[in-house]
Formats: sequence, C-alpha cells, structure tokens
Amino acid sequence: MTGNQPTPQLAALYQELILDHYKRPRRQGQIEDPDVDIHMMNTSCGDEVRLQLRVVDDVVRDARFQGTGCSISQASLSMMADLLVGKTRADALALTRRFKEMMHGDTDAARDRRLGDLRALAGVAAYPVRVKCAMLGWNALEEGLRKLAEEKGV
Amino acid sequence: MATVARPSLDLDSLRREFPALQQDVNGRPLVYLDSAATAQRPRAVLEALRAFYEHDNANVHRGLYELARRATDAYEAARVTVARFLNAPSPAEVVWVRGTTEAINLVAASWGGANLRAGDEILVTVLEHHSNLVPWQLVAQRTGAVLRSVDIDDRGRLRLDQLDELLTDRTRIVAVGHASNALGTINPVREIADRAHAAGALVLVDGAQGAAHLPVDVQALGCDFYAFSGHKVGGPMGIGVLWGRRELLDAMPPYQGGGEMIARVELQQSTWAELPHKFEAGTPNVAGAVGLAAALDFWDAVGREAVQAHEDALARYALDRLRDVPGLRVLGPDSTEARTAVFSLALDGVHPHDIATILDADGIAIRAGHHCAQPLMRRLGVPATARASCFAYTTFEEIDRLAIALEAAGRIFA
Repeated sequence: MTGNQPTPQLAALYQELILDHYKRPRRQGQIEDPDVDIHMMNTSCGDEVRLQLRVVDDVVRDARFQGTGCSISQASLSMMADLLVGKTRADALALTRRFKEMMHGDTDAARDRRLGDLRALAGVAAYPVRVKCAMLGWNALEEGLRKLAEEKGV
Repeated sequence: MATVARPSLDLDSLRREFPALQQDVNGRPLVYLDSAATAQRPRAVLEALRAFYEHDNANVHRGLYELARRATDAYEAARVTVARFLNAPSPAEVVWVRGTTEAINLVAASWGGANLRAGDEILVTVLEHHSNLVPWQLVAQRTGAVLRSVDIDDRGRLRLDQLDELLTDRTRIVAVGHASNALGTINPVREIADRAHAAGALVLVDGAQGAAHLPVDVQALGCDFYAFSGHKVGGPMGIGVLWGRRELLDAMPPYQGGGEMIARVELQQSTWAELPHKFEAGTPNVAGAVGLAAALDFWDAVGREAVQAHEDALARYALDRLRDVPGLRVLGPDSTEARTAVFSLALDGVHPHDIATILDADGIAIRAGHHCAQPLMRRLGVPATARASCFAYTTFEEIDRLAIALEAAGRIFA
C-alpha cells in the first residue's frame, strides 16, 4: 500500500467476495442435536470457532458455525459451510485436501472449480502467517469428521 | 519545573545508531512499532557482542588465564552497571537470568516453593502478562496457595480501592507489572508496595515494560523483587535480570542445580555458592550480559530523561492524532494519565489480524493478538487488539503514517 492505494497483492487478499462473506457470513448459527460439534481455537491469536454438522446417510445436510475471527478465517468458514451442504464425507475430505493445496500455493488447486467461491482465498497463500487463519474452519472440519468416523466405527 | 529546560533528543542521529531501522519493507521505509515485544538494538550493543566474542571469549569464574580473566571482568562489570541502573544496594543482589519470564519463575518456584502454604494468597492483577501469572498458578497448584487478582476500571487503571480489600493477613506476595504491555497503564508501584508491606506481603515488580521507559530505582519503588529483560531495553535476547533484596535471596533455595552455583559438592549433598552465583547454575550468557550493559550505557549517554520526555510527547501526540481516525478506539488510559507510548487499538469492523496485514503492506510493523494477556482481553471484552508500541527512536511522522494506514484499513472494510 502506498498512501491510499492497496497494492495488487493486498487487493487480491481483500477481494469483494471475501469481504462480503466476512460482513455477511452465510450459515452462521447452531444446529440442534448435531452429528458433528467441534470447537477449535487458534492459540496464537485467540480466534475461536464452533462448527456443527448434520450428517445423514453419509451426506452433510446442514453446516453451521459460530465464532470470532479475522476476515480470512470468517470468510473461509462461511464459504466452506456453504460448499459442504450436499457433499459426502469423502467429498468433504477431498475438498479439505484441495483447499490445503491451494493454501500452499498450488495454482492448479486455485483454479479447481470444485472449490467454488473459496478460490477467492488463493491470495492468502502469499501471506504465510495468514494461512492458519484460512485453515481454522477446515481443521475443525477434519477433526470433526475424524471424530464422527470414530463414533460410528467406520 | 517550568523554568528547567527539558533535555531533547536528536532523533535523526539517534535513529542512525539503529541499523535495523535503516531499511525498506514492502517498498516503504520501515515503521517499527513493536518495541514492546522487542526493541531494536543500537550499533553499540552489536559491537559489544562482537568485541566480546572476537577478543574476550572464555568461560567465566573458572579459568586462570588472560581471556578467562577478561571475560569474568566484563561479566561482573556488567552486573555492576545493572546494579547502578537499578540503584540496587549491591551487585550481589543482581542475578542474571534469561529474561523477565525466567526471573519470575525463579521467584515463584524458589521463594514461593519455600514460603507458600495452603491457604496463603498470591495477589496479581488482571493487567498481568502471562509470564507474571502462570508461574504463580504453577506454584499455587503445588502449594495449595490461592491466586487473587485486582481488577481495572474502564480506563485500564488498577482499582486501588480493591487492593485494600484484597490485601489480608493471608496475602504473602503481590506480583504486579511496572507498566501494562497491552494498555500502557503505568501502575503506582510505590503506593502498591507501601500498602502491601503494611499488610505484611512482599512485592514483585514485572519490569519488562518499565525498564526501557520509566525511571527504575528499586529502593524508591520500595519493591522486594524487580525483573526485566535485556532485549526490551535494546540489549540482546536471552539475557535478563532478577533483582531481589539480599536477605530474601539469601534465604531462598537454589532454583537450578549445576556448576557455578555450588560451594562444596559431595556425592550425596552440596552447599551453595554466595549470592548471586547461587542462582546462576551452568555457563551463563556472558555475551548477553555484556550486551545488556552496553545497552544501558547507550541510554545513559543519550539521556534517560530526554527519552522519557520524548516518549511522553509521542504518547500525547499519538492519542490526539489517532482520535481523528474514523471508527478507531484506543483502549486504556487517556493522555492525562500515567501511561507509556503503547497503544491497543480497536477499529470498527476490522479484525486486528487484518489491520496488521494491511499495515505490513505499508511497511508498518505492529502486533496483533492477545499480547500474552488473555485474562485482560476477556476483561476488556475483545478477542484481541492491534498494538502499536513506541520507543525512543519512534518519530511523530511514524505516528502520522500509522494513522493514515489505519484510515486506509478502515476504508478497505467500509
């Protein structure tokens, strides 16, 4: 940023779509009697998330989150929750892997249509300290699905 | 007072002494506003480290040869410099440690372990850094002592009215920061010490945010222990100081065992070295001690009063300038109150992490997070803040750049 104009890198980070999800998060809220209920904290910054899923016949029927965090963590959560509905557990884990690849700078992943709106977060890869913000919700998802598999014994 | 001319800083030449400040970051001259986390080092400190390793490097208190003698002399001379800086009655009361954190752990484990009993109370404050909180929690768990804490008012000042209620005949020690690392509040240490002593309690002062910015005279402060870190006064990382009153240190058991801290060792038992060596097991950070003394000498030459006057003026200017930034709140004491030039910022609709990233793109280094003060963040009702912290080398123009960049951050999220 020089004075008033954001640099291209900064503009790529704070795209309209990301700011929109931050200011008007989708799927914020709670699920009654959820199948997955996971709380996760980013200890370095104090950001917290509670992610809840309704999973019926191996398909995510509802996804809701609550929490506090920066624009990157909240936008990532909002987009993720939106994308998860209708996906199988295997799909959800595949998306998690793909998103991680994008966060590590994989340009193919950044063009992968399966990631939908989440591709707007590709610019985070240029800010290594912010990758953990973008990953907060996905780490919660991974942990939640692992626990669900344990409980159901599959 | 009004007739006395205030000493002034030659900021341009002062800044030239700090190599790290002479760089561009993201295409803009670096604005370093994270000195509360660690200060930049003047050339004199870097040269002292280099000179030690190039000419005098040897282990201390052991060798009978020239280099060992020089290393030992430099190490002990550094201790004398620190004692003078603190106005300590004796250099034997100055214990080298890794930093403030280790100093407090030493007192909590050694003094606390030997003196605290179930039901005794340790009094802390909600302003404390984790390093002046967690060591007390550890010793409380071990001994059955109870932690109590003094709250703040809505401007981030300690509620001294509560202090009197909380100080009882069960209170054994009061652990309080000289200044808050998150809000910049300067605590009235002398007053707290007087009241604590009247109640029969000792006082430990966490000087991590005090030593670089405030007059430190342990006798005038009336405390029993004072701890500070070298790197926050412009010295090296990994060196710090615990000062304690001699009779207390004398009565305390060692903190760590090893070489250097013993008098006579047998297979089953040992006797301890005299102060301060009783608390300095193992090869110490000799170069660190030398570098820390070089930092204290450097600020002596610059003039501590001039530094304090400059930082006071910066604090007033910043509080005024930042008031113009739309949607910005500066948490903590206002400009009429005792405070350091540390500013915890809350910008409407913009998370501290986003502020830090946007400012970094403009070459401005600030800290975002809980500042190792999670209980304080909870008390303030915020998950985190963005913190800008100044030092003697901070300029008024840098405060302007901070304000302009904060305005830009607000616009991105508008």
